[in-house]
Amino acid sequence: MRDVAIIGVGHTKFGRASKTSLELFSEASLQAMDDAGVVGADIEALFQGAALPGFEEGQVMPAAFSAAELNLGPIPATRYEGACASASVAIRDAAMWVSSGECDMVLAGGVEKALTMGTAFATRTFAMSCHTPTEGAVGLTFPGVFAMAARQYAKGYDMPLDSLREKMAHVSIKNHRHGALNPLAQFYKKMGNLKVEDVVNSMMVADPLTLMDCCPFSDGAAALVLCPVEDAKKYTDDPVYVLGTGQGSGSALSKMEDLTKPVSRIQSAKVAFKRARLEPKDIDMLELHDCFTIAELIALECLGFFEWGKAAEATAQGETDLGGKIPTNMSGGLIGKGHPIGATGASQVYWMVKQMRGEAAKGNQIDPVPEYGMTDTLGGDFGTLCHIILGRTKR
Amino acid sequence: MVGKEQEEIEKELSKEYVALTYADYEDGLKGGKLLGLKCAACGGITCHPMPVCQWCCDRHLEKVELSGDGEVTTFTVIRVASEGFEDDVPYIPCLVKTKEGPCVIGRLDMEVESATQEVIGTQVKLDGISTYNGDKFFSGEHVCPVFKIVG
Repeated sequence: MRDVAIIGVGHTKFGRASKTSLELFSEASLQAMDDAGVVGADIEALFQGAALPGFEEGQVMPAAFSAAELNLGPIPATRYEGACASASVAIRDAAMWVSSGECDMVLAGGVEKALTMGTAFATRTFAMSCHTPTEGAVGLTFPGVFAMAARQYAKGYDMPLDSLREKMAHVSIKNHRHGALNPLAQFYKKMGNLKVEDVVNSMMVADPLTLMDCCPFSDGAAALVLCPVEDAKKYTDDPVYVLGTGQGSGSALSKMEDLTKPVSRIQSAKVAFKRARLEPKDIDMLELHDCFTIAELIALECLGFFEWGKAAEATAQGETDLGGKIPTNMSGGLIGKGHPIGATGASQVYWMVKQMRGEAAKGNQIDPVPEYGMTDTLGGDFGTLCHIILGRTKR
Repeated sequence: MVGKEQEEIEKELSKEYVALTYADYEDGLKGGKLLGLKCAACGGITCHPMPVCQWCCDRHLEKVELSGDGEVTTFTVIRVASEGFEDDVPYIPCLVKTKEGPCVIGRLDMEVESATQEVIGTQVKLDGISTYNGDKFFSGEHVCPVFKIVG
């Protein structure tokens, strides 16, 4: 097995796109190839996260057409679907292919056009990654799932629900503040100065989660070029190393022991740490799956950055912001940057690479540049979890 | 001579791997019953149905009826529904830990104004079904259990 490096990254503007998914993915891919200084003929396989292309554009098998669109030749091109974690599992498998020796250079990333679907239909299609046989007839939505998790969190830690809501609001405030500073974010220059009242008093979506507790629907794409570590220095002075990955699968909601402690996430993160031979204390930054404010708190605890029940207060105290214990979602996260679900994992990796190169936007850049970072991506209601640990130095 | 007799292949195909189907589960609910599976190996109850025991993975499962009694472990009030559920808003999905052990998902039948945090931990009982008429992605009529607070 060979060690793997990321040598180029690309990322479209997130928000509403008039371009097709194929065009968006091409744009991100060409940026990544330019960034790496490679050409189409160098790419030996393509790994693409795309969750709902059939519903968005009536297009399945987008990976093959993406390879064709970029004129990459008749190379293997595969779509990965793990709901909102689609790109992360694509990147993880891409790294495996490079590591195995099967390929020397690959393109990996993801794309989605969810905003284009409109709220009602997008909510319907997103809910397809709930467990349909049991959750379908209930009319469960994603905000509904995380609202249930929030109530369980408050109950489990004996916290008044209003007190938890105020603490959750700090996730939205922080992520919107950083999203507003990120030129590629859906909410660039918007909502950068929210107050707790703005979050808790906005429209109720699924009690206790308001609209401002939720990430938006988004269009966008992100892509990366990966190659073996021994080749990386030929292309860049600043390769970022893939140190460890993990992946986990969950169940129907009713089979979960505790919505605030998803085993799929705990297990996946544990494997990623083990592979990277690192621990939470070694990690300098997180890009994690804040699809809802409560989701960020649950993730921080599952990954081991805070004790059970402590992430809410720690967030309110600024421990997850710049200068805090563990800067989290300095890109704006899903809440501030947007969440084109099939692209999100690649966007998380993109911003981690940018941070490690010292190229994140001012106000979002961690100083000194982070040495080690970790992504956390969640698909469905804890159905697919994936973690990627990156570093500026090899271990 | 290589190849297998058609009858032999058909016989292999006739083996049943599922003791209680989702359709059986929904039919049970329509008749006011919460159906599950009892494991011969560990004695645990699986509900909703699975081809293997949800506790120990054993495959010796027998159909049983659950009491329909349980405790609310969490819930929410949905105000923004997905397509097809607009007319139901507001509605209350809930998770109920049954007396027999497994958790089931359904809806809670109560006034939304009373659906406060104190509902978690209260005793509930199966009290009917909620019917979804399906859409082009999930065709046909589907039902889920509806629970009511006891007392």
